[in-house]
Amino acid sequence: MLGLNKKDVGLLLVVIVLTVFAPFILNPFPEGSALAQFNAGYPDLMQRLVIFGIFAIGFNILFGLTGYLSFGHAAFLGAGSYAGIWMIKLLTLNIVPAIIASIVVAGLFSLLVGWISLRRSGIYFSILTLAFAQMSYSLAYSVLTPITGGETGLQPKVSDPRIFDAALAEGTTPRANFFGMFMNDSYELVLGGWVFTFNVGYYIAALFLVIAFYISIRIFRSPFGLMLRAVKSNQQRLNYTGIESRPYTLAAFVISGMYAGLAGGLLVAMDTQAGAERMFWTASGEVVLMTILGGAGTLIGPVLGAGFIKYFENIVSKINESVLQAWFSFMPEGMQDLVVSIFYPFIGKGWHLTLGIIFMLVVIFLPGGLMEGGQRISNLFKKKSNTDSGSGKSSPAAAE
Amino acid sequence: MEAIILQILNGLDKGSAYALIALGLTLIFGTLGVVNFAHGALFMIGAFCAVTLSRILTLSHEVIDPTKTDFLGKPLKVDVPYIYNLVGESAGNVIIDWAVPLSILFAIPIMILVGFIMERGLIRHFYKRPHADQILVTFGLAIVLQEIIKYFYGANPIPTPAPEVFKGSFDFGAMLGLEGAGIIYPYWRLVYFAFATVIIGGVFSFLQFTTFGMVVRAGMADRETVGLLGINIDKRFTIMFGLAAAVAGLAGVMYTPINSPNYHMGMDFLVLSFVVVVVGGMGSLSGAVLAGFMLGILESFASMTVVLETLPGINQIIIYLVAMIVLLTRPRGLMGKAGVMEE
Amino acid sequence: MSKFELTRRGLIKSSAVVGAGLAMPTIITNSANAYTNEPKGGTVTLGFNVPQSGPYADEGADELRAYELAVEHLNGGGDGGMMGTFSSKALKGNGILGKKVEFVTGDTQTKADAARASAKSMIEKDGAIMITGGSSSGVAVAVQALCQEAGVIFMAGLTHSNDTTGKDKKANGFRHFFNSYMSGAALAPVLAKAYGKDRKAYHLTADYNWGYTTEEAVKSSTEEMGWETVNSVKTPLTQTDFSSYIAPVLQSDADVLVLNHYGGNMVNSLTNAVQFGLRDKLVNGKNFEIVVPLYSRLMARGAGDNVKGIFGSTNWHWSLSDEGSKAFVKSFGEKYGFPPSQAAHTVYCQTLLYADAAERAGTFNPCGIAEALEGFEFDGLGNGKTLYRAEDHQCFKDVLVVKGKENPTSEFDILEVVEVTPVDKVTYAPDHPQMRDGDGNAVPIGTCNPGT
Repeated sequence: MLGLNKKDVGLLLVVIVLTVFAPFILNPFPEGSALAQFNAGYPDLMQRLVIFGIFAIGFNILFGLTGYLSFGHAAFLGAGSYAGIWMIKLLTLNIVPAIIASIVVAGLFSLLVGWISLRRSGIYFSILTLAFAQMSYSLAYSVLTPITGGETGLQPKVSDPRIFDAALAEGTTPRANFFGMFMNDSYELVLGGWVFTFNVGYYIAALFLVIAFYISIRIFRSPFGLMLRAVKSNQQRLNYTGIESRPYTLAAFVISGMYAGLAGGLLVAMDTQAGAERMFWTASGEVVLMTILGGAGTLIGPVLGAGFIKYFENIVSKINESVLQAWFSFMPEGMQDLVVSIFYPFIGKGWHLTLGIIFMLVVIFLPGGLMEGGQRISNLFKKKSNTDSGSGKSSPAAAE
Repeated sequence: MEAIILQILNGLDKGSAYALIALGLTLIFGTLGVVNFAHGALFMIGAFCAVTLSRILTLSHEVIDPTKTDFLGKPLKVDVPYIYNLVGESAGNVIIDWAVPLSILFAIPIMILVGFIMERGLIRHFYKRPHADQILVTFGLAIVLQEIIKYFYGANPIPTPAPEVFKGSFDFGAMLGLEGAGIIYPYWRLVYFAFATVIIGGVFSFLQFTTFGMVVRAGMADRETVGLLGINIDKRFTIMFGLAAAVAGLAGVMYTPINSPNYHMGMDFLVLSFVVVVVGGMGSLSGAVLAGFMLGILESFASMTVVLETLPGINQIIIYLVAMIVLLTRPRGLMGKAGVMEE
Repeated sequence: MSKFELTRRGLIKSSAVVGAGLAMPTIITNSANAYTNEPKGGTVTLGFNVPQSGPYADEGADELRAYELAVEHLNGGGDGGMMGTFSSKALKGNGILGKKVEFVTGDTQTKADAARASAKSMIEKDGAIMITGGSSSGVAVAVQALCQEAGVIFMAGLTHSNDTTGKDKKANGFRHFFNSYMSGAALAPVLAKAYGKDRKAYHLTADYNWGYTTEEAVKSSTEEMGWETVNSVKTPLTQTDFSSYIAPVLQSDADVLVLNHYGGNMVNSLTNAVQFGLRDKLVNGKNFEIVVPLYSRLMARGAGDNVKGIFGSTNWHWSLSDEGSKAFVKSFGEKYGFPPSQAAHTVYCQTLLYADAAERAGTFNPCGIAEALEGFEFDGLGNGKTLYRAEDHQCFKDVLVVKGKENPTSEFDILEVVEVTPVDKVTYAPDHPQMRDGDGNAVPIGTCNPGT
């Protein structure tokens, strides 16, 4: 089906089911219960989860297959965002031109960066991509302020030209839409104590995620994908066989740049704002961490990694002291204070600490990332004896 | 002319910090083959050694001064350092004044210990793991270390002044025979430069003239063969890690009077020091030092008004621009060795 | 038991429990409410969006303390703080409009994206009816635009750029804090008096929007006084060592250095400038001076002794002796053990002002609240008589010119107020050139958006 083998069809179906039912899956706790704090089924976070999933899938096509570690991918996300917001400001509030422009602009930008950076490999390549991204960030934040809005970024304004749109009704604010469906429109389903939110923007982004995931499977299974893997395992040998590897790596680089652009365009479509911080090196680092955390080189791992980090950033940072106190209010006074003071450094403003600890624990105990954790659990159930499928990805010692 | 001399001085000064951090980073790269994203955090911990020592020295008990009131109108509590009771007020003040230089003695054992614990407890298990895993685990460690510091010391910068005698500036031009040229330079920045030179020289001669250093250099060149010769290279590498941590830590200690330390100073330097190492060439110690000074000086030149008027915004990107040009013209940076971190 | 039991969704839930018995799923669209997150239970939720990680985390923590204090006072706890001195007596200490005030918190990370994500989660998940906080203009402008779109009120925290109530102003956004223009207008006469009218200024400016507006404001007001601007150099936001920008100042014939830097940048550039001995210099027969247009006391502590004698401006300072300030310092100090910062003060005021407006309007509808705040004149919140101007939602009040104290008595006693510039000296027309967009057009504030 769709040119996929049975196993891949299964994987694709899993992703489709997960995205379609995400409003249910992410809201497991009834409203008003103490655990509702952990619910993630609200539109903004659901949108971010799939958008960063797309970003990580794209990054994985480059890093997971070829082993080229780009440290500047956020630049393409940022370029895509700026292209998207300008389309929304200049042409129309319909998101279609914005998304197309963001993919095209990010593709062209990545072609330029890739064409130059791929002259080097290993850490030299990483630093070249980092240099491009940092230059983009610095310039966008300062001297390019007339184009990028600098510190305050760009938002649609009532006074924007929007040449394809009819004039806005008096007193309304410009909102992004898809042929009349507004991105922030939602329907809420109340079922017993649970409230589930179905958001237009989320389902549009989710559709893109499914398509992006499908393309990624096809690339992984194609002869092109095989060639990229060959680059990873031994580029020198590949070159000796008379194959020029650069066009392949460049193609992978541009594809992953376009994925980043798509993610940037979707970010703008869902939340009409673009700023330079999106291109800072920490943003590039974040997608690297997402991919490694989930499991580089696996199909679904990067999506998991992206979801994990974004979930953490948005949920744990919002737990504050009074929430903790409410959780443990069943305890006697002294004990409550003690438990709260133990947990307090790890939540709210301490969410970075928890994230750092989790990075370390995952990489120490699960060398293949979260995917390996999943595999170990499923192996446990299957009681399979052949364990070689799990962590066969670690490459030999690097220092030579 | 004077402006250029001043900017060269500034560049050397900035370059010293870059070079010291990059030196440790490249030692770890070269010897252990580990990408250490926590190296910036070591620099930061060094700086906080100085903060901690000055806190210890000014550890105080409260004495109520009935003649003054605090912001709520209650009698003011005045902090009196214990050290006054110990050695008297004037000697106590001298010791507190010299807290930063004293921190060097305090920081060396701590940093070596931190380095040992890091290598034995964590890094050691990642020698044979892919670089991606090394990045993830050391980045996680860097976050944890900086959050711990933030938890105890807060997010705001903490003033850690230099001793009174090194405060302020003097006419450096007069030393060069350029009387009245207005080449004024702060004492402490010259101290920092001199200190960096001594440390860099020390590390180089240690590697060049001792048997230990010879083995380590051999290990950097061909680890397997050295191991086959029956030399316990692992133990030496642990010591090298401690040394690299100490170099980063000392760079941090001495940096505190230049800019007040805060918990994220390590991250601020991390990316820059990586660029310095790579521009210098992977696995090359002298390359890292050279690149550190070169980038420092170029960065200083780029911030001159004349330059900015012709190329607005150049000060924002100069380091990365130079890095690109170097890497595109010299495949392995300034002095890199073939095959190191290229796969 | 739980804090969140009676948020908007909590109520939906309780009404739905009845329906659940019949296993009847209910579908609700946004239009079920008269306006976004209309509170229907016995509580109302406010969203406190402050930097909890990143360089401004301590400033954010202080804002959060003030918010918690404000909520306590609104709900009738504590000593009531500035509620007792506030000229409007609509607040009764029984919450807002009889509803108990609850709050949620989030981390802006001082990044526009993160701040918007956090604000959105408060609006979408927790049903927050108002968003407030922040410690930079980039965040304020981004979140203000979001609140306009979502149909909730935004009460800005610490944001000093002209743009927030200038070219980027929004009908749903309100700012109590002062701005670059006011800093310039308040500082210039004091500087002229202290340093003379014949001065040559050298500007170092943070290379982003806030830096630009501050430089422009200080430049134009000092030039009016007769000063000359010799040079102005932009410095990157990520710069940590300013030596290469300070050194050329020595070579120029300038005799004043203006540091248009904030937070960490300001601490480092000021420290570096003093290191280079600028303050010991004599140029054109005058003492060389340094000026910092916007002071943050929390951050200035990081510069240690270097701030002594340096002029700047601030929105509020705990040493003020009016009744409002005294009441606030007392209740904050007794709860936390140290005096509040200007960021804490401004967000406390904003919370009270919002609650009072809701009380007077008799509704939480953003349009009703906006109407109640527009043109509202009040007193007793620490800054003297203040006006929330209708045209741009900017507060107009006296501006404090401060100076680094020579003999501080405690670690909080860093600044001393040298002059209170009266409000009429810092008032400007809503379409003042500094408030216009890039093409020089005045930007209208638009209309309020109640959502749905």
